[in-house]
Amino acid sequence: MTTTNLAAMHTGAATPAARPDTVYFFGTCLVDMLYPEAGLAGMDLLRHAGVRVVFPEGQSCCGQPARNSGYFEEAREVARAQLDAFPGDIPIVVPSGSCAGMMKTHYPHLFEGDPDQPRAIAFAARVHELTAFLVNVLGVKLEDKGEPVTVTWHPSCHSMREMGVVEEPKALLRQLANVTLVENKRERECCGFGGTFAVRQTAVSTAMVSDKLASVRETGAGTLLSGDCGCLMNIGGHAEKVGDGTRCRHIAEFLMERCHAQ
Amino acid sequence: MLSEKGAPDGENHGPRFAERAPDALNNPQLRRNFRRAMDGLMAKRAAQFPDPAYWAELRERGAAVKARALAKLPELLERLEAKLTANGVQVHWAETTEEANAIVLGILQRAGARTVIKGKSMVSEEMHLNAHLERHGIEAVESDLGEYIIQLAGETPSHIVMPCIHKNKDEISDLFAEKIPGLERTGDVDELTAAARRVLRERFANADAGISGVNFAVAETGTLVLIENEGNGRLSTTLPPLHIAVTGIEKVVEFLDDIPPLLALLPRSATGQPITTYVNMISGPRKVGEKDGPTAVHLVLLDAGRSRVYQDVELADTLRCIRCAACMNHCPVYTRVGGHTYNAIYPGPIGKILTPQLQGLDAAGDQPHASTLCNACAEVCPVKIPIPDLLVRLRREAVRPTETPATHLPVVKDGGAERSWNEALVWAGWRLVYTRPLLYRMVTRALAWGGNWVPAGAPLMRDWTKARAKPRFKPRTLHDLARERGYLNEVPK
Repeated sequence: MTTTNLAAMHTGAATPAARPDTVYFFGTCLVDMLYPEAGLAGMDLLRHAGVRVVFPEGQSCCGQPARNSGYFEEAREVARAQLDAFPGDIPIVVPSGSCAGMMKTHYPHLFEGDPDQPRAIAFAARVHELTAFLVNVLGVKLEDKGEPVTVTWHPSCHSMREMGVVEEPKALLRQLANVTLVENKRERECCGFGGTFAVRQTAVSTAMVSDKLASVRETGAGTLLSGDCGCLMNIGGHAEKVGDGTRCRHIAEFLMERCHAQ
Repeated sequence: MLSEKGAPDGENHGPRFAERAPDALNNPQLRRNFRRAMDGLMAKRAAQFPDPAYWAELRERGAAVKARALAKLPELLERLEAKLTANGVQVHWAETTEEANAIVLGILQRAGARTVIKGKSMVSEEMHLNAHLERHGIEAVESDLGEYIIQLAGETPSHIVMPCIHKNKDEISDLFAEKIPGLERTGDVDELTAAARRVLRERFANADAGISGVNFAVAETGTLVLIENEGNGRLSTTLPPLHIAVTGIEKVVEFLDDIPPLLALLPRSATGQPITTYVNMISGPRKVGEKDGPTAVHLVLLDAGRSRVYQDVELADTLRCIRCAACMNHCPVYTRVGGHTYNAIYPGPIGKILTPQLQGLDAAGDQPHASTLCNACAEVCPVKIPIPDLLVRLRREAVRPTETPATHLPVVKDGGAERSWNEALVWAGWRLVYTRPLLYRMVTRALAWGGNWVPAGAPLMRDWTKARAKPRFKPRTLHDLARERGYLNEVPK
């Protein structure tokens, strides 16, 4: 068993034993409105890996913004709408470690004392972060057709610490012959977004994202990849504001472009 | 022990965290001091736990020891009192910090004590004990080097383990030259330490009483465990004729056998040391025929809001804390603003959950929001306190308070203090849209069409765009793209 599989077992993710032929895709609200091309790339990657992808139109948001603001009732009702929108007993793949973390680690508690708690627990067990699913469940093999490029990786806090996804996205990038992955020494440090934190604690958040961008620049890579559009909106938005040329992209889009460009 | 006035009132009023932060952020020296110190502490801690499986098992044991002690807290406190009394230690109970101060002052006055030498104690900081004693003509001198430095500077601790971590060597050189009579300014660390030692040795020798904190109080044996690196804790508790220990009621553990896993966790998590230089186990005053040790030992057990924290099964996890400070050492917010920005006795992640519970959400309801919920604290907590979950719980108590069934008091003091109709309305609207797929698609399409016309000066957007470009809505949502590309809407039967 490889170390990535061990890591997956450690976090309770599904073992590769059962390869599903159909999966749900939960796009996330941020991707839906601001980064739809990243979501579409995630779905296309899954399709190329040979699984049928279902995108339920009833989906909206995981409920994390309300939960993290202390509005549990509102969060629970929006979460319940997701339970309704994904009824089948098949994996739910999410192109965000943060939204996946909300659904996997917080839904059971969010529904405490609610008749829907068993449904929430079953739902949580079906949730997978996209890169972990591609590596651990589908075992995808990628062929790089792109020009040589140097990139660095930004893991979201929740992908690492709630979903236990650390090595999987890097394993995907290392499959690409023309991609050099350089490590950011401060990779594990939060970029400073934190939902309403960015607007409630503007000064601290700004200091954090500015330090994060500086650490990215220090790697010398011109491209920053991440599996979470929230972080990308923050780091990329700051780069744009200060006139830094670093390209900030979702890993799914990057992989699609290099491996399956039409 | 439940009381509405468990803690000094209004202590944390004044500018809130967000307003205080810029001062620290705009001080490059302070930021360098903290960054360097925290980087060092993180590296040293990591080196102590190279094996993730060993770490996971050890912290599981640490958490279990503290959880078991808390589950039996009232019973263990009674056993501790009985055992300590049998050992000759006089036990006192204080519901508030005012009561604790009065108890300590009374003991000192009855003994005719005029000078006190102090070992490091965060509970004594919570009590503002030094100031209280000074008002009554008793001089208390801090003997932990870090505490001594900030006492000279007239400051408060900025970190619970390394109280003067915000100062660098040059600042301390200047301070010593100014405050220690006859000392030439020196940049040599050994000379600086020697100067402090000369002053403190004299104080140790002449002090009428010693005051210390407690790391763990063992109910089974009536033992007070105190760990430290400088020997000042041992001197404070053995040299003067009178020793008064002050501690919170949550420091009790059941068995002596519970100590080894906690000792294996605390110094490694705190300073990256395998063990501290001194491990003191105090089991009573000097016995007949013994040549040293204090002739009287007292323990003051302080509640100050802790029994209220204890009432709630989720929030009670807060009381597992063994004050190692790993959470603040690893906190990206603390690292940038330092301890003083929190304007509280306990800074950093643990402070953000403890302060609002001890002082109330009116005084400190903004603290749980000074976090990105990045989980770095939870990852390193040696007793597995789910700090991010408790931060969110306190955010919830601040807007939608729950009640303790028995008392009908809010579970957390001043529950509901952060309630705002505007915010409630926003979330009600959000819920309305996000639970109705058709409405959601209409709203997201409308934003796709016109969202980019929202001016950068609009509420929320104004704060976002101070340091970032405006997010750009795309002309077609993922819902649109998925349908166009022929992705199915439901699993075929």
